[in-house]
Amino acid sequence: MTWGDTIYLLPEIVISIGACLLLIAPVMRRGGGVVRASGAPSGGGARTAKWTMLAILVLTAVAVIASSGLVADVAQTKTFASMFALDSFAIFFKLLFIATMAMLVLLSDDYLAASRYSAWEYYSLLSFALCGMMFMVSGVHLAAIYIGLELLSLSSYILAGYFKNELKSTEAAMKYFVLGTVSSAILLYGISLIYGVTGTLNLMRIADAMSTLVTNDALMFGIMLLGAGLCFKIAAAPFHVWTPDVYEGAPTPITAFLSTASKSAAFAIFARIFYVGMHHFRLDWQVVLAIIAALSMIIGNLAAITQDNIKRMLAYSSIGHAGYVLLGIISVSEMGLYGVLVYSVVYVFATLGIWATVLMLSKHEYAGEQVSDFEGLHRRAPLWAFAMIIFLLSLGGIPPTAGFIGKYFLFYAAVGAGFGWLAIVAVLMSAVSMFFYFRIVMAMYLRDGDGQAEVVSSGGLKLVAAICLVVTLLFGILPGPLVEQAKISGGWVAKRVAANNAQR
Amino acid sequence: MIPTHYFLILSAILFTIGVVGVLTRKNGITIFMSIELMVNAVNLTFLAYARQFHQVHGLIFVFFIMAIAAAEAAVGLAIFITLFHHRDTIDVDEANLMHW
Repeated sequence: MTWGDTIYLLPEIVISIGACLLLIAPVMRRGGGVVRASGAPSGGGARTAKWTMLAILVLTAVAVIASSGLVADVAQTKTFASMFALDSFAIFFKLLFIATMAMLVLLSDDYLAASRYSAWEYYSLLSFALCGMMFMVSGVHLAAIYIGLELLSLSSYILAGYFKNELKSTEAAMKYFVLGTVSSAILLYGISLIYGVTGTLNLMRIADAMSTLVTNDALMFGIMLLGAGLCFKIAAAPFHVWTPDVYEGAPTPITAFLSTASKSAAFAIFARIFYVGMHHFRLDWQVVLAIIAALSMIIGNLAAITQDNIKRMLAYSSIGHAGYVLLGIISVSEMGLYGVLVYSVVYVFATLGIWATVLMLSKHEYAGEQVSDFEGLHRRAPLWAFAMIIFLLSLGGIPPTAGFIGKYFLFYAAVGAGFGWLAIVAVLMSAVSMFFYFRIVMAMYLRDGDGQAEVVSSGGLKLVAAICLVVTLLFGILPGPLVEQAKISGGWVAKRVAANNAQR
Repeated sequence: MIPTHYFLILSAILFTIGVVGVLTRKNGITIFMSIELMVNAVNLTFLAYARQFHQVHGLIFVFFIMAIAAAEAAVGLAIFITLFHHRDTIDVDEANLMHW
């Protein structure tokens, strides 16, 4: 390592410093007094924390854009002894994460102010999670990816249990922690076996070493364990059991975080590891992942039908969406990679919009979370009800919303890779998903209800919903810019896959 | 010199014991100890391979894994203590507030 390499890490350095600053700021403000998470009065402090966090995010975004000037191509992957790549693929996801995080801050604001918990530590943990996500999408070395992933996971465990006086939240944190660490250990065992067979942890060198190998048990076992660990992180069936409980028990903005930023970070490393590193043995893992994708779509969408709690319903729906994205990873083609990139954006914006609507109904900790709370919403808040329909249509993949474009890419890639049956399952399950999405629409428009859940929309929530609505409709009607950006951002990963596919 | 595959067999056995412990035990701390056993089995695998290859990569990764496992322990114990405050037990089967 030379000092020259440090510049590539600028965004991560900025967000780390910001996270530490958020952690010590309340102590400094009170002249070194002890601040307890539960005892600290919110109010003014929470507002200051929000603006500090937003300022840090803006600085980080500036750092990412500044560092994007350094992007060359494959040569970029040589930094830090070939552990860290600052390529267009990483930049794409880093900007997506920062945008998501900024919207999450706006979503969390009122919800936190209404609770008894400190906003400073909350934003600090979110910043550490962001740092982990940014680090892992840049990783081209399994150790770097693992460390980023753990930073994200450890922050997420704490955030899931952030409402420590609520049993539900603590229980969610415990379940997430136990299953999360087991999956990390399984993932690590996979990495260690791959290291044992190939003698390296760098993705490009793993690919080189694998191209000279024939199928061997230790390697297959390693790839399978690595895949199982990653499937846990994206919440694909049959590794999805934690998802409904954690999504239900975690504070709602944290559920929003887990279902958007955290999930798309896992998609990104999944795509990078399997596209770059494991390409040679794709015929072996494609089939296994295809079965996992089919299971995720079927279990996720069917189980969502019977849920009455909206957070649980969206948890099962997100299991289904993990299955759709797996289509892109299975297809191992440029189209599949573009599909993963496009779908990440589309999914994040539609989902955040839905969470904004849910948060508008939740006055405090766990209120306003039932489907019945949406009854008669079109009279109480007509604009919100309309926006909700657009977001749900986008998740269902109905034109003219952006969800259609994302699904088009993924399904087309799957058919192109010879997984027609999987695309048929995906289309069928999309139809099933419309069924439970329309349960919410029916509640909003066709039932009168008592209107118990109070509508408290703040400026922040409105802004997030407006941004998500514009993005969802804009990319649905004019998908060109997003698709072009995805093609640019696919970068060398896409070229490499295309070249490798052509060789065979 | 002891052959590498002796270490690998030992680590596979340790990993399996860890998995069985996670699946069968009910006490939170025991489950956590089983997870640590799994992680240390992985460490042993890395060390065995690093010795075989005469490489430093595997050795360094083990240090990272140990540091992360320590952080995991801190977070995990904090979560279990909070759970104990609520329930007066860390029996994971008692954590059944949410189910479908």
